[in-house]
Amino acid sequence: MKKHLLQDKLESSARRGFMKSTSALSGALVIGFNLPAAGAKAAEAPMLTNAWVKVDGKGAVTLICHRSEMGQGVYTSMPMLVAEELDVPLSSVKIEMAPSAPVYINAMLGGQITGGSTSVRDAWTKLREAGASARTVLVGAAADTWKVPASECTAANGVVMHKSGKKLAYGALVAKASTMKAPEKVALKDPKDWKIIGKNKARLDTPAKVYGKAQYGIDVKKPGMLIASLAQAPVIGGKVVKVNDAKAKALKGVVSVVQIPDGVAVLAKDFYTAKKGRDLLEIEWDNGPGANLDNLEIEAALRTASVNAGAIMRKDGAGIADMDKAASKIEAEYELPFLAHATLEPVNCTAEIINGECHVTGPIQFQQGAQYGVAAGVGMPPEKVFIHTTFLGGGYGRKLELDFQIQAAQIAKAVGKPVKLLWTREDDMMHDFYRPLSLHQMAAGLDAAGNVTTFHSKLISPSVTARAFPPVVQNGKDPFMAEGSENLTYKIPNIVVENVIHDTGIRVGYWRSVSNALNAFAVESFIDEIALAAKKDPVAFRMDMLKGDARSQNVLKLATEKAGWGKAATGRALGVAQMECYGTHSAVVAEVSMTKDGPKVHKVTAVVDCGIVVHPDQAHAQIESGILLGFSSGMKNSITFKNGVVEQTNFDNYPLLRMSETPVVDITFVSSSASPGGLGEVGVPLIMPAIANAVATLTGKRVRKLPLMSAFA
Amino acid sequence: MLKLNVNGKPANFDGDPATPILWVLRDHLDVTSPKFGCGMALCGACTVHLDGSPIRSCSTPVSAAVGKKITTIEGLPAKVGKALQDAWIAEEVPQCGYCQTGQMMSAAALITKNAKPSEAEIVAAMDGNICRCGTYSRIQKAVVRAGKSVAGAKA
Repeated sequence: MKKHLLQDKLESSARRGFMKSTSALSGALVIGFNLPAAGAKAAEAPMLTNAWVKVDGKGAVTLICHRSEMGQGVYTSMPMLVAEELDVPLSSVKIEMAPSAPVYINAMLGGQITGGSTSVRDAWTKLREAGASARTVLVGAAADTWKVPASECTAANGVVMHKSGKKLAYGALVAKASTMKAPEKVALKDPKDWKIIGKNKARLDTPAKVYGKAQYGIDVKKPGMLIASLAQAPVIGGKVVKVNDAKAKALKGVVSVVQIPDGVAVLAKDFYTAKKGRDLLEIEWDNGPGANLDNLEIEAALRTASVNAGAIMRKDGAGIADMDKAASKIEAEYELPFLAHATLEPVNCTAEIINGECHVTGPIQFQQGAQYGVAAGVGMPPEKVFIHTTFLGGGYGRKLELDFQIQAAQIAKAVGKPVKLLWTREDDMMHDFYRPLSLHQMAAGLDAAGNVTTFHSKLISPSVTARAFPPVVQNGKDPFMAEGSENLTYKIPNIVVENVIHDTGIRVGYWRSVSNALNAFAVESFIDEIALAAKKDPVAFRMDMLKGDARSQNVLKLATEKAGWGKAATGRALGVAQMECYGTHSAVVAEVSMTKDGPKVHKVTAVVDCGIVVHPDQAHAQIESGILLGFSSGMKNSITFKNGVVEQTNFDNYPLLRMSETPVVDITFVSSSASPGGLGEVGVPLIMPAIANAVATLTGKRVRKLPLMSAFA
Repeated sequence: MLKLNVNGKPANFDGDPATPILWVLRDHLDVTSPKFGCGMALCGACTVHLDGSPIRSCSTPVSAAVGKKITTIEGLPAKVGKALQDAWIAEEVPQCGYCQTGQMMSAAALITKNAKPSEAEIVAAMDGNICRCGTYSRIQKAVVRAGKSVAGAKA
């Protein structure tokens, strides 16, 4: 995602009002210490605290995780950054999830948001400085105690040592340290002295997750809590006209039935009864303007919109002015479908309004959005809304949305009791904010030697940003729609990247790797088509256009060498794709054969250069996870509409990858001292173009439309 | 009133006997390790054991559990439970972790019967459990590791 982009634009946004708190962010982060208010709790033991560190008088260290843990490992990687500089052993710290607060705003996104593969990148300097700041004060307190210069003292494992051999544990220094001023500047360690960064530290959330003790949103329980099942309009955006709830209310165990703007909720002490009661509701719906939407018409309208001139996101050289003068011209169209996020934990949220405060607890990716959205949704001031983030059973962007937190709070308000709202899988599949469908019109002009002289990428697609953050879209430019095309790494003299925003009437959302997955499928498939047309080897062709880009060339070279490029076994073919996204360079090779049911992927080889790797084992896990999510979705999944209703309902007609279908994934990271790039989404975009390229080599059949398996049905 | 046995302890349930075991465990008995994923026995997140055999608790009525033993991750025999948990930790299997207790219950049934399963046997036993994070390669390694641990303990 684009640095500071949302931050800059949201200052003027009226959406949800959450920019009021982001405006408190001045760019520079103040890592001051919060001293206990005088006399507030006189008996309270002294505590050294800043936004990410708490050290108590016994030396117990608590680190704050300010990003949502949805599998990507922030519950460990964020504390690793702090602990490295604080000089405490990671195995002994306690972790708390951060509340919603301006200090936790993601400077790359302008909100307290977990997304955009930004967690480590945004935290990289900030959190190490937070740790160093606290350590500097503790060292200063020891030096002051011993009446020696701080420069003669060092810290390790939660203990300050003087060169004379004297030692004081952090706990013993807290009382003094908590009265001292935080340093204005801190020195960070030389990378050669790192004890935690770059090492395979045990994930701090693994034991809780394997003992069944980790609390996800769905596990939240409050005293006196009711469980809600919400009937929503069959067509997203529809409204209740009339409801007869007599049968639902007559069901034993149903406690209450309440109506909120999004539908009718039935409440009981258990989900089974609430859902059974919901099924007894007789509701007349006004399905609204979406009621006539059919997929064929949506796709046709997208094609119609393709004649419109789009916003020019990038123009190099003469643009496409000389396209028709090229010795040869190649054109192709690519299409991707709507997709659901399908997190394994269905959408849910718990809310209670008590003593004038609204407490919202759940799987949340956008804490400030939740705070301000809920405040508006229940008519309370934002400062009376408190967000508590649980573990997320998958996020992928779905839990950036605010619908479910607002619904839970509105139901809790209506019923006057704590409420856990839980959607069914069908609710989740049919009321998502879908990954946009897309049409890509690609064209390239080649000279007589087969070199690309002109390149045109035109994307026609709905804009998530236009829905979610309207002020960010100016003059038809949604910067997030240009991810994966605007940052084209190939050296081509004349380039135009053009985007047409077309609202299909279907609500769309950010989905792991956002437009990178859309554009990479088009760009990297098309590059292969050009290479084949020019009778060039796809790897040599790419290498030639990546001259001067050492990182891109390196990952491409390593990946193809490791995969055995040019040495595919009989009946198999290799396909390649490469790109830069989230500040990380990667290349993927897929090894494919054909079966009677269509292509089978045997092995995926990936090489990644993300700069410094903070947590190698989990970096590996993220790339593997991204590749398999891209694979799972790209092979089989699509969301389609009939009379405005989503046709897919559960994992029988929206199948997710299973163990038996999973290819071997071989991943290598390039050693680097560059600042960290993103990782959480990097694996997703390249797998499908790599597979499509292999399929074309193997069969001569070029698949330009996903899901890929639909071409072999 | 239905009389149940959950993790070796007696429990009562006086609601609708058609209530799936999952909701009796989660909402009435506060046993939240089995997760809700699909409600149709398609994803395996809700897997528990009924008399030692893995079942999808989202689609099995609690009436079917009367006179039988319901076991969740907390109630596995110590040897098998610890072997699995140690193996899952050693292989750093979980990402979001939501499916993993269900995965481990399927794995527990497998290695109890067959401590040294082949790759094909592991896939066959585990294919009903979806992991949206794609941790399958680590799950396979962890099952092998846990099986070896159980076999070693038997010897």
